[in-house]
Amino acid sequence: MTNKVEPKRRNFLFTATYTIGAVGLGAAVWPLVDQMNPDASVKALSTTEVDVSSIEPGKEITVLWRGKPIFIKRRTEKEISEAAKVNLKDLKDPEKDSDRAKNPEWLVMIGVCTHLGCVPLKNKGEYKGWFCPCHGSHYDTSGRIRKGPAPTNLEIPKYEFVDMNTIKIG
Amino acid sequence: MSEEKYVPKTKLAEWFDSRLPLLSLSHHLKSYPTPKNLNYWWTFGGILTFCLITQIVTGIILAMHYVAHTEHAFASIEHIMRDVNYGWLMRYVHSNGASMFFLAVYIHIFRGLYFGSYKAPREMIWIIGLAIYLLMMATAFMGYVLPWGQMSFWGATVITNLFSAIPLIGESVTNWLWGGFSVDNPTLNRFYSLHYLLPFLIFGLVILHIWSLHIPGNNNPVGIDVKKGSNETMPFHPYMVMKDLLALLAFLLLFFAFVFFMPDFLGHPDNYIPADPLITPAHIVPEWYLLPFYAILRAIPSKLGGVIFMFASIFVLVGLPWLDSSKVRSATFRPIYRKFFWVLVVTVILLGYLGAKPPEGIYLILARIGTAYYFIHFLILLPLLGRYEKTEPLPLSISDPVLDKPGAMDKLKEMAGKYEGENVATFK
Repeated sequence: MTNKVEPKRRNFLFTATYTIGAVGLGAAVWPLVDQMNPDASVKALSTTEVDVSSIEPGKEITVLWRGKPIFIKRRTEKEISEAAKVNLKDLKDPEKDSDRAKNPEWLVMIGVCTHLGCVPLKNKGEYKGWFCPCHGSHYDTSGRIRKGPAPTNLEIPKYEFVDMNTIKIG
Repeated sequence: MSEEKYVPKTKLAEWFDSRLPLLSLSHHLKSYPTPKNLNYWWTFGGILTFCLITQIVTGIILAMHYVAHTEHAFASIEHIMRDVNYGWLMRYVHSNGASMFFLAVYIHIFRGLYFGSYKAPREMIWIIGLAIYLLMMATAFMGYVLPWGQMSFWGATVITNLFSAIPLIGESVTNWLWGGFSVDNPTLNRFYSLHYLLPFLIFGLVILHIWSLHIPGNNNPVGIDVKKGSNETMPFHPYMVMKDLLALLAFLLLFFAFVFFMPDFLGHPDNYIPADPLITPAHIVPEWYLLPFYAILRAIPSKLGGVIFMFASIFVLVGLPWLDSSKVRSATFRPIYRKFFWVLVVTVILLGYLGAKPPEGIYLILARIGTAYYFIHFLILLPLLGRYEKTEPLPLSISDPVLDKPGAMDKLKEMAGKYEGENVATFK
């Protein structure tokens, strides 16, 4: 009888030891992994204020936010109407223009192609918006993906108008 | 010639070897039996060892002068090129050395493909070799980022963004790799750390690669098992050592033709422009040795799909020893495989060419055909050939293909006679 009880007790002890050991190992490894994540100094640079008073309609500026280019485009009436009249069924990543530009005159986007991270060129491509030279993605005047390998529209960062002439990104 | 056991000649050697058998190991490395029919395609193992050591030595030297910081990296490379004594030489040997390393490894891999060196009992050599190849690509990629030029920056951006294709966790993974929200100083620092580390892991794997080779012994151009302990093998030293050295000298001519006469030929001029996160160069191309994979990535019209196919194109090779079920190793005796082998070589070179071209029009169509053929070759043709190909009869000995040629024996006897006199009746 004792022969049968003993191994069970041992099995329990082994399993318990392995479990505690694995948890301990995991806890020890996590700092080694997590140190590679964005650190406090990187996260601290999370907002940028931009003065947009000098931008003419149809012009675009690029500013750097978190190491990434941000496109701030003051769109013309023509560009806005072109972006608005697109049928959502024709889009790979359907999104209304009015959801992308709070104020239709101003389009603020992260200028990073959603394919593999290149910076698209302005006023280029088949949809007169942006064109990524790396792998050929075409975006329209609302920054929406229309053609090419990119899976989603150009991302809209968190931003707000602090006053008429200043945009705070982040 | 068979391998005899090491017998210590002195008391001291015996004392030492019984405690740490380094003398036995050195004796084994010298007397390791190699098939006597190995051709020059078999010299690339030695050449690759040379390349690895050259990269490590020049790399350690460059690390003494390089600064891994986004604001200083580009300038420190120019400092190496202009100010450091022989800095230009160290850097050009290191940067061209990477290309030469890949040239040699591709020849080495295609040698294995042609002569069936991946087949039983040599699967482990093949798989460890692929692990080395993967680490080489990672190391080369991270090394290319260090000068912090435009191609460095945008190459790093594109390649790290491959991981953003992973569903759900993609963005967290890329932020973790970058240590930020884009490629920046933390990225440069960790790439430098890993670029220094990985070659030593490669070195360790090379030891395993050679160890796993020394158990079954070398394959050979005829692809049949050699009889160990017969006159079919020769000791590694001096016979193979001399052959390897001659091949290495020829290889060095090419290597240093690049280093001295066209050191930037294989690089990209855009990398002499400091990195600018706001401007992407018009044509981002990786270094030539990664182009076939880049072509596969771009051939698939979906982000995740492209990434999956690109990684699959390498991992499919792990399954090769089982996908190719033919019992005959050498393509010399496989008339149909031999043709498809060359089609594969042409396909890979074509994909490399297409990887450097913009992904549009005819280039894109050809890249898709090439990608399809690449996978068809490994996943469909090889299993079918293994089953249906009618192979040519194998010789009984590796000597037969040489000696069976008409008049071959007479010619050999005549040649031997010049050295050893007319009495060569016992010559074989």
